[in-house]
Amino acid sequence: MTEAARFSPLDRPNSYVGRSVSRPNAAGLVRGRGRFVDDLTLPRMLHVAFVRSPHAHARITAIDTAEAAKMPGVVRVATIDDIRDYCSPWVGVLDHLKGIKSAPQPPLADGKVFSQGQPVVAIVAASRAQAEDAAELVDVSYEPLEPVTDPVAALEPDATVIHPELGDNLCFQRGIDAGEVDRAFAEAAHVVETTMRFNRHTGVTLEPRSILCDFDPSERALTLYMSVQCPHMSKNLFAKHLGLDENRVRVVCGDVGGSFGIKIHTYPDEMTAAALSVMLERPVKFVADRLESFVTDIHARDHDVSARMALDAEGRVSAIEMDDLTGIGSYSVYPRTSGIEANQVLNLTGGPYAHKNYRARARVVFQNKNDMCQYRGVGHPIAVAVGEHLMDKAARMTGLDAAEIRRRNFIPEDAYPYTAPSGAIYERQSHHACLEKLLEACDYKGLRRDQSAQRESGVYRGIGLASLVEITNPSPAFYGVGGARIASQDGCTLRLDPTGGVTLATGVTEQGQGTETIVAQVAATVIGIDVNDIRVITGDTDAVPYGGGTWASRGAGIGGEAAFQAGKALRWNILGVAATILQERAEALDIRDGCIVNAKDGMERMPLSELGRIVYFRGDTLPKDLAPELVVTRHYTQNQYPFCFTNAAHACHLEVDPATGLIRLLNYWVVEDCGTVINPKLVAEQTRGGVVQGLGAALFEECLYSGEGQLMNGSLAEYLLPMAGEMPDIFVDHVTTPTATSELGAKGVGEAGTAGAPAAVMNALNDALQPFGVEMTDMPFTPEKVLRALGRIGGGGED
Amino acid sequence: MILAGGQSVIPALNMRLNEPAVLVDINKVPGLGVIEEKGGVLRIGALCRHEQVRKSVDVSAHAPLLTKALAHVAHPAIRNRGTFGGSLCNADAAAELPACVLALGATLNVESAEGSRAIAAEDFFFGFFETALEEGEVLASIDLPVLGATGRHFFDEAARRRGDYALAGLAAAARVEGGRMIAPRFAFISCGDRPLLAGALGELVATRYPDAPAEDEIAEALARDLEPPEDAVTSSAARMRIATVLAARAIREFQQNGGRA
Repeated sequence: MTEAARFSPLDRPNSYVGRSVSRPNAAGLVRGRGRFVDDLTLPRMLHVAFVRSPHAHARITAIDTAEAAKMPGVVRVATIDDIRDYCSPWVGVLDHLKGIKSAPQPPLADGKVFSQGQPVVAIVAASRAQAEDAAELVDVSYEPLEPVTDPVAALEPDATVIHPELGDNLCFQRGIDAGEVDRAFAEAAHVVETTMRFNRHTGVTLEPRSILCDFDPSERALTLYMSVQCPHMSKNLFAKHLGLDENRVRVVCGDVGGSFGIKIHTYPDEMTAAALSVMLERPVKFVADRLESFVTDIHARDHDVSARMALDAEGRVSAIEMDDLTGIGSYSVYPRTSGIEANQVLNLTGGPYAHKNYRARARVVFQNKNDMCQYRGVGHPIAVAVGEHLMDKAARMTGLDAAEIRRRNFIPEDAYPYTAPSGAIYERQSHHACLEKLLEACDYKGLRRDQSAQRESGVYRGIGLASLVEITNPSPAFYGVGGARIASQDGCTLRLDPTGGVTLATGVTEQGQGTETIVAQVAATVIGIDVNDIRVITGDTDAVPYGGGTWASRGAGIGGEAAFQAGKALRWNILGVAATILQERAEALDIRDGCIVNAKDGMERMPLSELGRIVYFRGDTLPKDLAPELVVTRHYTQNQYPFCFTNAAHACHLEVDPATGLIRLLNYWVVEDCGTVINPKLVAEQTRGGVVQGLGAALFEECLYSGEGQLMNGSLAEYLLPMAGEMPDIFVDHVTTPTATSELGAKGVGEAGTAGAPAAVMNALNDALQPFGVEMTDMPFTPEKVLRALGRIGGGGED
Repeated sequence: MILAGGQSVIPALNMRLNEPAVLVDINKVPGLGVIEEKGGVLRIGALCRHEQVRKSVDVSAHAPLLTKALAHVAHPAIRNRGTFGGSLCNADAAAELPACVLALGATLNVESAEGSRAIAAEDFFFGFFETALEEGEVLASIDLPVLGATGRHFFDEAARRRGDYALAGLAAAARVEGGRMIAPRFAFISCGDRPLLAGALGELVATRYPDAPAEDEIAEALARDLEPPEDAVTSSAARMRIATVLAARAIREFQQNGGRA
């Protein structure tokens, strides 16, 4: 029996794996006792506000800061010339993305601006309001340059080159050509094709990007209180570019009000704030306001895709071909690069299906817009939407039902481990089981009957399916091999305290998703104590093991396994000490509910508090050679596969009003396989939250730019987030295929919701529109676009 | 600048769109928050909160149009603070209440150091966030004719999210007396630089009653009065289309007897 099997059944005290344990940190958050960066005030603290570029592309001809410097409360007005010596520029490339290029990115604009919102001048004052008052008096003279905003035009030979030293506007390109694609298309019984547009949108975290930088010149030590996903990565980057000893940089991350991939990148304003703290030798705080967030938080997606699929007469996919063009703004974002998203689109398209012939090209293009980079579900929503839309088109063409054509094409159950033509390796997936469970949960046949009946009375409902694969539990192949100091391993330290409680410190981080609960559940289960007796520490690089933090759905899978292994080690150490004290064999003892008990009959022998008392205060009573070790640390790296792929099946049910173009979501279902489910409620909430962000992408959210590169909707009144009123009930259920790469068997679940929802919505919408003979593939699906597609306004369909 | 509920003023200050030298808070001025019905007139104090008006029994009895419309005004947190008068003075063409008072033929009572004057709703809204209020004048209350047994009210709007400014919306009122439709007033939201009365449509509907005009006739009539704005997401044509659909729904309701609620 494996350790996981021994600990996971809910048949002993402290069996928390598989239980919906409430979050220990929730009470504090709802009582307003959260500790966010903006809650912190340090002695002699200053605030920084930025003068940002109003132009998408311009040369700076003069900067006059004289009036601003005279304003009340102003301590310093800084341009690039003032902070150049305090902060070096950075370049967002990785070695394993062959040919990727980007320009050195300075903390403040250096001669030119390349996107609206780029910080040009920093004003440090006693209050944020005073800094903003002064910012209005800074006079920057610009000579506007031609903005390059359209990715297609950016690649034309005569296009203005955004960074002339790079030669052209192509940041990165990659191709895949596997099997015999041309032959497959030539011999196909059916070919379906499409073009698709994926809107730019962004994360819109409840808590904006926030940083409080505190430089101590006596030790040349910098403490950064940050709202961030990867504290150790930040520690490295700030040290490197501020020229400080990395050992003297500490990142402290308290509560985080959402991140979604936004808080994982290097931002010029945050680097500037840190540089100013070093320069002024005082604490400097920067908290982005909502407009700054919309203009400068990384944006996501922005893809134009053309794709086609070849099928045989029975509706089996023989080949997929796709071309993806994505606009990423003016820099490849540091240190993860803006090439990963397109790379993943290529790796994942058609993922659930057993096709052998695959050709794909991705081109990643610079443009004078805000930077695009990794956001929840990186590349997945595009890959899933492309594959699933083609699958639905193929179903319509072949006359097969949407569920049936998927069944015919899923990777066969006996084919695992399976290598996809993109090179992705799947340990084991459960597409068939997930789809069947989904169809039952949503009463698929009943929905189809209702659809026909409703159409008779002029009500247009649609049902959309989407199957997907998701990248989780990444190995060092993700970033480490590319030269980025982003840890894929993570650690967990456990300390038995004299009270019998345990202090747990882990390198994975809490962003509101429940990581702290997960690691506590795992450790409590393995050690054999009440989960409430574990105190969890995250986010402080001075206190936790070196780790990667939150990215690529790794908290439970990687951080959970580290907690599992640490728990086993601590448990064994405790039993060893207990065996000595009790004159018993360690194997004959167990820990249950905080007590040492007989393994056989469960008879209580000694509470852990007593063991703690003896070890910590009465070591004189123990044998001299015992050397009890009640602090253990274990690390875990997932090394067997590049990633542990999960899978899921989604279904969306919606209604379109052809008179107004409004779309109403009726219901949503997800059946998800993330391996071992540690906390069903947290898995369900991760899934639901992800689905909601995917529904936002499909129906509401878009960063709208003018042709001149001006963001036109930088407020929550104009940028529409999905809100509770429009959200359907989201049903979540599981199929459980634990990964054999770890004892815990957990895979990630953070991104599958976001990955599948846009595809499911699009398929449901097009299903609803079938009686009208139109198809929509341009997200987000607004009433305007629906009315246009239906020919109710303008000139006919959009496709 | 006057501060009432602050639901538009404060965001504007936050975004530095407005930097007034003086902000006058009228929240504690007595007598401005009263709703009362007297002699066929429903008076709503300018400081009445949206939620107060929405829940008022007098309002649902005498001006059910407002009760219906207020359910579409933003969200509870905003409705708890935002004021009836503030919304009218802000004069956002995309807001519900300006169109409602226009449809209902309201009278706006204005006070200043020089005295009082009454302004008909038709004469109050000038243009993009512009009203007939002069320097030094404050809106004190709004008078509405009560619905009565023969009255018909309709409100609906199309918004991408509940509580948002509408793509297009319609507040309509009419009386049906002796087999005739009297003075139908169709006031449209988000269809111009201010709430707009579609006079041509009103005439068409009154003339045709008890028959209803066809949808293309409605569209034709609306084209004479409405000039929907265009933004990056929604075209003028789409707003016009939705306005037409809403008008057709209102007319249908007026013809059936459901228009009372």
